Amino acid sequence: MQNTQIPEYAIETKNLFVFYGSFAAVSEVNLKIEKQKVTAIIGPSGCGKSTLLRAFNRMNDFVPSSYVTGEVLMRGQNIYGSNIDPVEVRRNIGMVFQKPNPFPKSIYENIAWGARINGFKGNMDELVEQSLRGAALWEEVKDLLKKNAYELSGGQQQRLCIARTIAIQPDIILMDEPASALDPISTLRIEELMQELKKNYTIIIVTHNMQQAARVSDYTAMMMLEKDGSRSGTVIEFSETKKIFTNPKDKRTEDYVTGRFG
Amino acid sequence: MNPNHDHYPEGETLRQSLKKRYRSASLWQAIFFSALVIAMISLAALLYNVIDGAFGYVAFEYKNDPAEFTAKPLDDLNKQELLDILKANLSSGAYTKLDNEKLMKKRSKSVLYTLVLERLIQIDTKQNWSMTDSILHSSGIKTEVSEKYPKAKLEFRSWLTPVFLTTPMSSKAEFAGVRTAILGSLWMVGIAILFALPIGTGAAIYLQEYAIKNFLSRVIQTNINNLAGVPSIVYGMLGLAIFVRAFEPFTSGSMFGITDSNGRTILSAGLTMGVLVLPLIIINAQEAIKAVPDSLRQAAYGVGATRWQTIWHHVLPNALPGILTGSILAVSRAIGETAPLIVVGASTFISLDPDGPFSKFTALPIQIYQWTTRAQSEFHSIAASAIIVLLVLLLTLNATAVLIRNRVQRKY
Ligand SMILES: Nc1ncnc2c1ncn2[C@@H]1O[C@H](COP(=O)(O)OP(=O)(O)OP(=O)(O)O)[C@@H](O)[C@H]1O
Ligand SMILES: [Mg+2]
Repeated sequence: MQNTQIPEYAIETKNLFVFYGSFAAVSEVNLKIEKQKVTAIIGPSGCGKSTLLRAFNRMNDFVPSSYVTGEVLMRGQNIYGSNIDPVEVRRNIGMVFQKPNPFPKSIYENIAWGARINGFKGNMDELVEQSLRGAALWEEVKDLLKKNAYELSGGQQQRLCIARTIAIQPDIILMDEPASALDPISTLRIEELMQELKKNYTIIIVTHNMQQAARVSDYTAMMMLEKDGSRSGTVIEFSETKKIFTNPKDKRTEDYVTGRFG
Repeated sequence: MNPNHDHYPEGETLRQSLKKRYRSASLWQAIFFSALVIAMISLAALLYNVIDGAFGYVAFEYKNDPAEFTAKPLDDLNKQELLDILKANLSSGAYTKLDNEKLMKKRSKSVLYTLVLERLIQIDTKQNWSMTDSILHSSGIKTEVSEKYPKAKLEFRSWLTPVFLTTPMSSKAEFAGVRTAILGSLWMVGIAILFALPIGTGAAIYLQEYAIKNFLSRVIQTNINNLAGVPSIVYGMLGLAIFVRAFEPFTSGSMFGITDSNGRTILSAGLTMGVLVLPLIIINAQEAIKAVPDSLRQAAYGVGATRWQTIWHHVLPNALPGILTGSILAVSRAIGETAPLIVVGASTFISLDPDGPFSKFTALPIQIYQWTTRAQSEFHSIAASAIIVLLVLLLTLNATAVLIRNRVQRKY
């Protein structure tokens, strides 16, 4: 039995719409994302998965035409409220991008920079080691900390990006197709890492890979374009991953997860 | 026969049509090649023309016989002997004046030698020839000289010498140099870059990273692009009206207690050049900033950086090589500009080194322009030498820009 009485969620959205200009890329999303679980967002290309994910840490602010209606509640506060500083939001919600994007600096500096600008007061060497261990990268790079991050392989770069994110100790980590540019072995390592990370963090991951969603996530949100032809995406089904994959309520979800979509 | 090729030519027809395609391809290739050849010929002609003027035979006479001053041949004199000759034959006032400008003992032998020639023996150049003439008609020139100027000496000379680089202006072509002009150009470019680099980079940052893309910002952008193409003389007019006239108390230095100058100073010229290169610097810096990928900005924002931290720590360092390269190229445009300097009021004859932003000035292109308008052909030869100096300066600047660009290879 699932306990639906948990009083607080990591993120709760209420009637969330995300617009690009007059176009509602995402409409009417009501989600309750559990703490310290992995939640997967799946759905066909262009249905607004990335848009929704970026709405969770106000990354869409940088698209000038973009705006949001509805609420995204974190710790009981609407992150789009007028008294909220988006920098503080992003500081508490880390993000890992589809394409690894380390800074063109040393491995050490990649981790230290985020910590430093956020006013980290502790021992930097320890933080770097701890974060790299947390991202399962320490053993591979412990002797190369001075090396430029661009000299790492794609999979190592992505784990470095994860290490950089956990170094600032966020509550939530957003991952937008974090393994889509990686080979199967690196992908596996990232997936194992997520299992490790969810002990301390709430993770939301966008993925196109059904097996991946089934393997790593506890909950799954199925997104789809609205049937009314508005080309606006919405969450059509949200529940435990097991249910989504074995006993979906919506016919479209069933078609999608079994590969009969489109 | 390929049954799949329904509507496509085959066999002989295919070969025919291929031949036709190759023909038009080679025609275009030939056209492009001739375009290249024309460009190369123009460049070669330019270089040849300059070098041709800077070297060649000169026929000259000594006004005063060297024997009046020394028994030895002039070229064999050592530094001390040259000094003694100067001391003995110059009026004591003239000698003290030279000594005050720069201690005579500290001057090099070639400088003293030039002084002896300039002040005592005095040279009267009769005629000079271009390099091509000198090489092709060498014997003809020799007979001509011995007939027309029996007393004259004939010498194959490079007008471009180390002394030419280090001596100031003179009214006699043989003794004139580009030192004042080089220093003037450097001062001017230095002021221009100090003015335009921070402002241009700042404007570019604002336009790229802060400004909302709306009608107003598009108008501003278009204007900047157009300003980059405005004829330089217009900037000269602007400099004259604003820096020379309106800001005279500032540009003449009278605000700072300097009384002996007007607004036609190096400062005015430098600021005018700064305004001239400003659009170029802005555009180049914008391009450099645009080339920094968004993924890098997102990475910084993703770990909780503010906009300014993102710009300062990531955008600017990665755009810097591009900004510098662009600025150097802009400077190399400024260094060759002549028209605005004429309008702003470059002096055509000064022999004193510029000693600060409030001195009068001349610049290389002004000097070149001035010399080419003189009637005597020896001035054309030193103009050619000055052009070589200017070209070398430009090439050095451009090479530096290329070097910076290549040193910092793109990582993302
Ligand atoms: N910056 C933007 N400006 C305008 N429209 C955008 C922008 N980004 C995305 N869109 C539009 O929003 C819709 C959803 O895009 P989004 O990138 O969120 O889809 P997605 O589900 O992540 O797709 P994919 O699986 O291919 O990554 C699309 O129609 C897209 O064209
Ligand atoms: Mg996406």
